[in-house]
Amino acid sequence: MRHIISLLMENEAGALSRVAGLFSARGYNIESLAVAPTEDPTLSRMTIVTSGSDAVIEQINKQLNKLIDVAAVMDLSEGEHLERELMLVKVRAVGAAREELKRVTNIFHGRVIDESESTCTIELTDTCAKLDSFLHSIDRDMILETVRTGASGIGRGERVLKL
Amino acid sequence: MELTGAEIAIRCLQEEGVEYIFGYPGGAVLHIYDALFQQDKVKHILVRHEQAAIHAADGYARSSEKVGVALVTSGPGITNAVTGIATAYMDSTPMVVISGQVPSYAIGEDAFQEVDAVGITRPCVKHNFLIKDVKDIAPTIKKAFYLAKSGRPGPVLVDIPKDISNHKTEFIYPGSVSIRSYNPVGKGDSAQIKRAVQLLLEAKRPMIYSGGGVVLSGASAQLTELVRVLGFPCTSTLMGLGAFPASDKQFVGMPGMHGTYEACMAMQYCDVLLAVGARFDDRVVGNVEHFAQVPRKIIHIDIDPSSIAKRVKVDVPVVGDLKLVLEQLLSELRSSKQMPDASDLAAWWKQVDEWRVKGGGLRYKNSTEIIKPQFVIEKLYEITGGDAFVTSDVGQHQMWAAQYYKFNKPRRWINSGGLGTMGFGLPAAMGVQLINPGATVACVTGEGSIQMNIQELSTCKQFHLPIKVVSLNNRYLGMVRQWQEFFHGNRYSESYMDALPDFVKLAEAYGHIGIRIDKPSDVEPALKEAFARKNDLVFMDFQTDPTENVFPMVPGGKGLSEVILSEDL
Ligand SMILES: Cc1ncc(C[n+]2csc(CCOP(=O)(O)OP(=O)(O)O)c2C)c(N)n1
Ligand SMILES: [Mg+2]
Repeated sequence: MRHIISLLMENEAGALSRVAGLFSARGYNIESLAVAPTEDPTLSRMTIVTSGSDAVIEQINKQLNKLIDVAAVMDLSEGEHLERELMLVKVRAVGAAREELKRVTNIFHGRVIDESESTCTIELTDTCAKLDSFLHSIDRDMILETVRTGASGIGRGERVLKL
Repeated sequence: MELTGAEIAIRCLQEEGVEYIFGYPGGAVLHIYDALFQQDKVKHILVRHEQAAIHAADGYARSSEKVGVALVTSGPGITNAVTGIATAYMDSTPMVVISGQVPSYAIGEDAFQEVDAVGITRPCVKHNFLIKDVKDIAPTIKKAFYLAKSGRPGPVLVDIPKDISNHKTEFIYPGSVSIRSYNPVGKGDSAQIKRAVQLLLEAKRPMIYSGGGVVLSGASAQLTELVRVLGFPCTSTLMGLGAFPASDKQFVGMPGMHGTYEACMAMQYCDVLLAVGARFDDRVVGNVEHFAQVPRKIIHIDIDPSSIAKRVKVDVPVVGDLKLVLEQLLSELRSSKQMPDASDLAAWWKQVDEWRVKGGGLRYKNSTEIIKPQFVIEKLYEITGGDAFVTSDVGQHQMWAAQYYKFNKPRRWINSGGLGTMGFGLPAAMGVQLINPGATVACVTGEGSIQMNIQELSTCKQFHLPIKVVSLNNRYLGMVRQWQEFFHGNRYSESYMDALPDFVKLAEAYGHIGIRIDKPSDVEPALKEAFARKNDLVFMDFQTDPTENVFPMVPGGKGLSEVILSEDL
């Protein structure tokens, strides 16, 4: 099953490679990983999207907790949560094709952030699944580049991951 | 007064009460060696290979309750040390390794003897640090010791660039340490303890399975008391041997690949299994699906939550320091004023004893013609009064030592269980002998393994370490040969040890005494003579039966009840 795991870790050189190394060394899946410092610059917040059986997910949580630099771990998928991913897509589109692209972009609540004579770049923020369906809704042959950040997640309401 | 980083590093070791460190110098650690030279509190043992420095620190730590410390240079110094570090990591030895690094301004430029020490060791240390500022040396070393010995112990590496070891700052050793992202647990959850006790009381076919964690947490007395109070059979993993006395009648031997028949069967058919500081390793439970076919309740106590429910499903997990948790269990048991049903337990013991008879105990066909390796270990046990520190290398000799030397005390059996590192035995024995001066230390080895760190005979000479090397020389990489005999149609691919040196002359060349023993009747006299020489290292080269195999055996991937006895083949 797909899980979205959130963690707080020391914002130190090497901390990211400890997490990435753990996943590769133990053969865990990693679909995406997003990380950046928080309002407290000594802490980084990471969101990992992974998949595996319940036993594997339990081990992933425990192994992450075991890393000395990791201060807190929460499996967001165990409760109500929100996830968002940012995607930038550059598309080759002129004339009617560009009009159609803009129409689809509107439906997905995306924005055109750059246009040239033959290209058009769209910004979209949504769940990973929504971003996937956007890509399916436009002509694949027109896509020049796709840049995705990986999901960032947060608990709903009072569900907070904090030290 | 301001001190250099190197002086600070050594002062930190003094503050930690470190008596011995094991190491090897080189360019990146010259300042540290200079600081070492100018004091005499921390004594340095110069090994002949960095791998040996780590194993020696490991043996030192395992046979005492101290943190082992090693010092190596950058590049090849630290890469040579990696096998030792991984060995310590797999067996959870508390250890601090200080490595030199190229100057901080040269890092990343492929400087002479530069390797990414922190990167290379990351998967086999509990934690590691690259020092970036001289002010960080003292607090980092403080943290390193704290991390190494608290929680589930393990090796911690501190990598110090050469320029930083020469920068100066005020020396302040922190009195305490706290790491917000690291909070090892102490006591176990009391509700879980109650559930555990309930299960133990209701058990009809109970079994206690003890592991290396019991030794590490110093919980041997608590475990022994619990086993005696409950009256249950007790088995111990390779790493846990000695935590419960092997000569006790409640002890059923080791389980697993080369465990006893009764331990394998009792593990398989018990209805409640109390696992204490053990991790259901593949060498212990064999095939986990096969193990899961028999329904049983499992209580698992460990300080490391990730060891629990990793390979088998657990009904009552208890996370905590074993010593404290076992005390909680004992007091809960006493206050319950109940005992397990005596007739159920008697019936179970009857079954276990039947298995004991069927398995026939550990046995081998002795001979008057050729030396049987098991016979050597039995005699070793007798002659040392069962009270020696025994280190071992890896192979058949290791299994025979574990089977036939009855360890009655913890920290007496020192071997590389998790990583299975050939070359561990002799350097580990050096660490053991240093921290236990005057004690009898034997290194049980094979002609293959001993050659992996044979150069340490020189270190032993320099530091007057009267280790007794018991080499079971079968002219084969015996454990490999055994697998080839059983599973590869007797095709002995590269397992014959040709062109062996004359070990007697070799020992003599290093300034020690060597004895070659060819006949069974000479085994006992040779051991007696060797162990009588309290101040000498004696290398005993026993010419043993090359065809002997280790039994019982649960073949890799098989279930515990599929254990093979010697006559099955
Ligand atoms: C460093 C290392 N390389 C290879 C192995 C694989 N291995 C396991 S046991 C063994 C044979 C050991 O031979 P020896 O020391 O003579 O012991 P014996 O089995 O003959 O008693 C080998 C090669 C290992 N455990 N460690
Ligand atoms: Mg051999």
